[in-house]
Amino acid sequence: MQVLIDNFDKLLDAFGKTFQLFVVAGFLSLIFGTMLAAMRVGPVKVLDRAAALYVTIFRNTPLLVLLLLVVFGFPKLDIRLGFFWMNILALTMYTSTFVCEALRSGVNSIPLGQAEAARSIGLGFTQTMRNVVLPQSFRAVVPPLASVLIALTKNTSLCSIFGIAEGTAAMKALLNDNTADLWPIVIGIALGYIIIVELISGAAALLERHWRIA
Amino acid sequence: MKRVQFAVLAATAALILGACGSAGDDENPVDTKVDDNAASQFEDGTAMKAIAESGKVRIGVKFDQPGLGFKSAGDDQPAGFDVEMAKIVAAKLGISADKVEWVETISDNREPFLQKGTVDFVFASYSITDDRRKVVGQAGPYFLTGQQLLVKKGSDIKGVDDIKGKEVCSVTGSTSLKQVEEKGAKARGFETYSQCRDQVLDGGVDSMTTDGSILLGYAALNPDELEVVGEPFSEERIGMGYSQDKPELCQFLTDTIQEAMDNGDWAKAFEGTLGKSGAETPTPPTMDACA
Repeated sequence: MQVLIDNFDKLLDAFGKTFQLFVVAGFLSLIFGTMLAAMRVGPVKVLDRAAALYVTIFRNTPLLVLLLLVVFGFPKLDIRLGFFWMNILALTMYTSTFVCEALRSGVNSIPLGQAEAARSIGLGFTQTMRNVVLPQSFRAVVPPLASVLIALTKNTSLCSIFGIAEGTAAMKALLNDNTADLWPIVIGIALGYIIIVELISGAAALLERHWRIA
Repeated sequence: MKRVQFAVLAATAALILGACGSAGDDENPVDTKVDDNAASQFEDGTAMKAIAESGKVRIGVKFDQPGLGFKSAGDDQPAGFDVEMAKIVAAKLGISADKVEWVETISDNREPFLQKGTVDFVFASYSITDDRRKVVGQAGPYFLTGQQLLVKKGSDIKGVDDIKGKEVCSVTGSTSLKQVEEKGAKARGFETYSQCRDQVLDGGVDSMTTDGSILLGYAALNPDELEVVGEPFSEERIGMGYSQDKPELCQFLTDTIQEAMDNGDWAKAFEGTLGKSGAETPTPPTMDACA
């Protein structure tokens, strides 16, 4: 226990990094995933195919492989993004496919009549999506999206071996220096993740209540 | 876009193939004599007797540290200074090098492997610390080294004073990484030393840091591109790991290595491994007394 208290500033710093990875990659994934979902459900065949291909490739590639490709491939190609953004890029490439599929399931849950009605009052595709279909589908997908974001939080632990000193890296560092305190350290780090994940679950529960159909 | 994707794929392929490259070093610098009736020399009930009688010993070594413990995909035996020391110990127990079961250990699993009995000994650039001695036994040191910096030839990093604000990599969670962070460098952790070395070669990071002995091994593999710079800025005492349940192993390990230091085998082991990078053979360190 003492080891956690003594190193509290380091832990705070490390989980700050974890949180930063989660917030930035989560935000970008939500935006990019929504774009992908719009392409998938939109009327333009080429965009639909392109998004489907993207999702197929990146959803089926292990995140570790994506991280290896980006973090070791980019320097070989002389592309310099810095470690934070390389990790964010790989996390976003991966997570956005799950966001896309979650949103698509939400869109599919909206009866076709809703879109037809929107069109019949003269709304274009973008307006139909923005004002009628997406708001309703977002409400339907809060639980699966929360799961995707929780998975993202835990996936950031992989960044510990790709140059980012986040929570899991802090655990390894503490264990290296304090071999005898294995259990307090492992449990302490797990708690750190649980706190972040609980924040996400809490936010999701609030949103669900807020958007509940009256 | 397609071209970039192809290039990324090609880069990955090169990465994977690169990892398969052979160090081409599997001689036996030390001519170890295997004792035929080793078991009879040890008292009943000791761990040494048990190992000698079973004729099997499992030794944890690293597989990714050229010069210390290194095994490429094509080799059937690891090679390096740590490995030579382990062979001397195995020979004393009546087990020849080809009968030893070499278990790959990484920094994280050395203590669990000793505690669970997955391995009998650890010879894996294992620095002796008070905290580690709380959970496992450590005999030695049989080698002294210090943390240094590996850079691309012609880098403007000439020593530890130049790393402020620079990106320096090592293995995630290692003491070396913490040290450079305290000196103002941006610490970049990777899973293995070879990944870190690749980042230095590709310019992904400015420098790599860990024990000088490990860095010398990498520099010896890539003498045209890499060099070790600066004076050591920490002292690591490399020791042998054993289980705390078998305290009698401490004296045995210390005596065996002391004998090798006295009869010149220790120096031969150094010259045939780490010495190849041009480093001078040091004087053997004085080992700690067993409690």
